[in-house]
Order: sequence, then structure tokens, then C-alpha cells
Amino acid sequence: MSEERTVVETLQERFPQAVEEVGEFRGQSWVVVRKENLLEVCSFLRDEPELAFDFLSFVCGVDYLPREPRFEVVYQLYSTKSHKRFRVKTRVNSQDPTVPSVTSLWATADWHERETFDLMGIHFQNHPDLRRILLPSDWVGHPLRKDYPLRGPDRTS
Amino acid sequence: MEESRSETLMLNVGPHHPSTHGVLRVLVELDGERVVDLKPDLGFLHRGVEKLAESKTYHQFIPVTDRLDYMAASYNNFAYCLAVEELLGLEVPPRAQYIRVLIGELNRIFSHLFWLGTHAHDLGAMTPIFYALREREEIMNLLEMCCGGRLTQTYFRIGGVSADLPEGFVEKVRQFTGHFPKRVDEYETLLTENPIWKERAVGVGVLSKEDAIALGASGPMARGSGLALDVRKTNPYSSYQDFDFEIPVFQEGDVYSRYLVRMEELRQSTRIIEQVLDRLPDGPYLAEAPRVVPPPKERTLSEIEALIHHFILYQEGFRPPVGEVYVCVESPRGEMGYYLVSDGSPRPYRLKIRPPAFVNLESLARMSRGRLLADLIAILSSVDIVLAEIDR
Repeated sequence: MSEERTVVETLQERFPQAVEEVGEFRGQSWVVVRKENLLEVCSFLRDEPELAFDFLSFVCGVDYLPREPRFEVVYQLYSTKSHKRFRVKTRVNSQDPTVPSVTSLWATADWHERETFDLMGIHFQNHPDLRRILLPSDWVGHPLRKDYPLRGPDRTS
Repeated sequence: MEESRSETLMLNVGPHHPSTHGVLRVLVELDGERVVDLKPDLGFLHRGVEKLAESKTYHQFIPVTDRLDYMAASYNNFAYCLAVEELLGLEVPPRAQYIRVLIGELNRIFSHLFWLGTHAHDLGAMTPIFYALREREEIMNLLEMCCGGRLTQTYFRIGGVSADLPEGFVEKVRQFTGHFPKRVDEYETLLTENPIWKERAVGVGVLSKEDAIALGASGPMARGSGLALDVRKTNPYSSYQDFDFEIPVFQEGDVYSRYLVRMEELRQSTRIIEQVLDRLPDGPYLAEAPRVVPPPKERTLSEIEALIHHFILYQEGFRPPVGEVYVCVESPRGEMGYYLVSDGSPRPYRLKIRPPAFVNLESLARMSRGRLLADLIAILSSVDIVLAEIDR
């Protein structure tokens, strides 16, 4: 766990402007970074030999309606060398739910970002093929948003 | 003479075809018989499971997890229960941890056997599936003894398992582990050195180590590509550190390597099961945590306090602290993870599932480009997909 804390410290030292918030729960720690700095921070996490977070487990979105910025985009990282895990998050508001795509860093992000776009309505800039992946292409709305009714768009509950 | 013209052909594979192992549609662009590119079309089985989780209490969601990767149903329970326990900071008693490992490894054998049968069938070997299903039936009978369910078992509970192992169970499992390794040898005599099998599998669908990492491949996919990744070893959970086992790794990254990895895993899982049986500790099978774990059934039938307690936990649920965790396990298909966000209410605020087969399938295009259409079928089945898990 102490090594994981050094990841947070390393990031705070290296990117004092980018790290907005840090958190820890049950020994798992994460940072929230400004979306303008997301790519920089992620490529540092991947390429810095001491960190080497070369494996992206998943990308997902969390909707914190009615808070603004409303959405959190979560990147769960893993290092195939040190076997450590780390989480990076970034926040976007409901007017412009756009973040840069990390497909250039981790090819696996392709489908994860498509899913996040499909179900949560987050847009990923420079994604090679941003289409819906699980829902039909003519579907309206993004079901994992908190204001989307559980039983479908024509129901109120 | 008129100049010859070349153009590619779009072929629609699936969604209803035996080789797609469920309802998967793949749009394949072909140049003659060569695959130029392909696009999987997912979502035919999408049921909105992650949305559904937000409307259910933590206990209520357990049976839904069985319906994701139904080839190893208990493994979904395993990952989900571990994630909720991590959120709660709940310690699971040693006996329950061992029982979970036992059931988990039986599920792994169960899943690999069905994979072996259908994979061989896809490649034109008709015999192995009959033998594989024979042994799989034995495991289903064992699981039925524990909890009544054969395919979707829902045996795990938050804090342990739903009931202790039944009488005579340990002996029955010993009978199974006694003859199973010999059966694995028999399967291998049918396939491993079979020239037709090798012709279809060796050097087909190669995924390099670098691509495997970049594409997030895990489980036998990663281990077939030279990556010694296994959550049971790298980040042990539920007492896996107590057991002696090896993780098979092969370097070639082809269909054949993935086959060899899974065959060896059948033996290693048997080894783990034998160790669990030898060292199974006594004690409770469910944690002593009244705020989370319901009282035993006998007490709810005789004491009013226990009955009220039971109703409160099942109607209102429990309230974990505000926080978020990501917990992953090594399912038969790879890194299966649950990311849980709690806002302190009795229902998950957000539940994200990381299904290994979804991520592994992402490599399909990379492995198939330039190969023959017939190879695509071999490559697809070597990924070992379960569509219910991919589409959620």
C-alpha cells in the first residue's frame, strides 16, 4: 500500500497543477486529474519505468447528478511488472462531457470508451471509431445516466 | 484482354451460428478466403445489468451475477462478493474461503471442459465433446449437492457461502479428482499430437506479448502469449497463497498455446482442489457480522428477534460506508473485476463489471487479419467467449 501512496506523491510532485484531488479507501488510492492534463499524466504513468502501468483494466463513467462537474471518467490501471493497481479519474460537466481518448496509449481503450460513450454519453476526442457498442445504433439516450428511467425511456420509474 | 478486377466481399457471420458460441455477429471483409478486416457486432444479449444493480440491494444482486458468465457462474459470485466484502471491510472465515476456492476451481474445470469440447468440435474433432461433457456432468452433480443449482449455482453469500458442504461431498470430490487427471491424459491423446489438430492450431491466430498487454488480454489468452499473469498468484485472494500450483505459460501466442494452457490448467485446478480437501479447516462457513449477514435459518424459525433481523436485512439491506473499490479475480477467462461505488445507501451507486471475455474478444481482429476464414473460426473459439458476460 505504501508503494501505491508513492504513486500519488510522484504524481503530485510531477504535475502539481494537474492533480485536483487524491483519495484512498481500503488501501486503494486514486487521483483526480484535470482533463486537459489527462493524456500527459496517463502517458507518464505508462512510460515511467518505476510505475509502468502498461495495462488498462477498464474505462468507465460514473454519473454524480446533480453535482457539477457531473461525470467522472475512471481509468483502472495495472502494471504487469510490479502487479500494482492504480486509478486515475477525471471530471467533466454536463454541458461538455468530452475527454481525450487514451486509445493511443492503450489499444484496449477502444471498446471501453465506446461502451462508456454508449451507456453514459461521454464523448472521447480522437477516438478512431466512436460508435455505440452494446445498444442498437438508433438508440436514444444513455441508460447508465441517473436521469434515465430504469425501465426504459417511456416509463417514469 | 480485359484487366482483372479485385474487390473485397463482406461476409456476415452469425448472429445465429454454432461457431459464434451464442449471439455474436461478426462482419468479415474477405479478399478471396483471406480476412482483410472484421468488426464484431455486440449487444444481442445486453440486459442492462449494471443499471439493474443500482436498483437492487447488495444481497439481491448476487443471483444476477450468475447470469453473466454462466459457464463459471460461481466465479461471478466470487468476484462480486469479494468486492462487497472489501467495501465493508468484512473478513470471511477460513473455512468459507477454502470452500470458495474449491467451488471456484470446480467451476474452472467445468468451464474449460465445455470450452475444450466445443473448441475441438469447431475445428472438426467430433469426439472430445462427448468425453468432456461426461466429466462436466460429474461436476454439475457435485455442485447440485452443495446448493441445488447445476448451472447457475448462487452458492456464495456476502460473508461466506449459503450452507456448509453437505455430508459425503468431500468423498465424492475425491473420487472425481482421483480419476480426472487420467481423463485429461485421454483428451490429450486425441488432440495434442494429432497432425490434423496441429495443422489447424499451430501458428494460427498469433497474438504477440506486446499486443496482449496493449489490448488488455488476460487469462489463458495472456498466458498463451508469454505473459505470466494470474490474479491468483499476483494478487492472491481468498487464501490462494496457501496452495501450491503452477501457472502454465506458453510463448507462441497461437491457438495451440491457448489450448495447451487450458489443458494444463485442468490439472493444476485438480491439484488445488486436492489441497483444499486435505486442509479444509473447521469453523463457520459464514462470517459473524449481524449487520450484514442474516441469521441462520433455524433461528429465524424459532426466535422473533432473528426473524425481524432476517426481514430487515432482506427488505432494507445494509449500508456500507461511502467509498469505492475495484476487486478482481482470475476467472476461467481472465481478469474479472467489479468496481463498486457506494454512497452509503443500501444499493450500489455504481457497479462496473470488467468482463474478461469482452476485453479478450477485442483482440480478434488483430489475430485474424491475413488469415483464412476457416482460421477465424478456430481463433474465435480459442478466445473462449461467453456472450452473456460480454453483453451484460
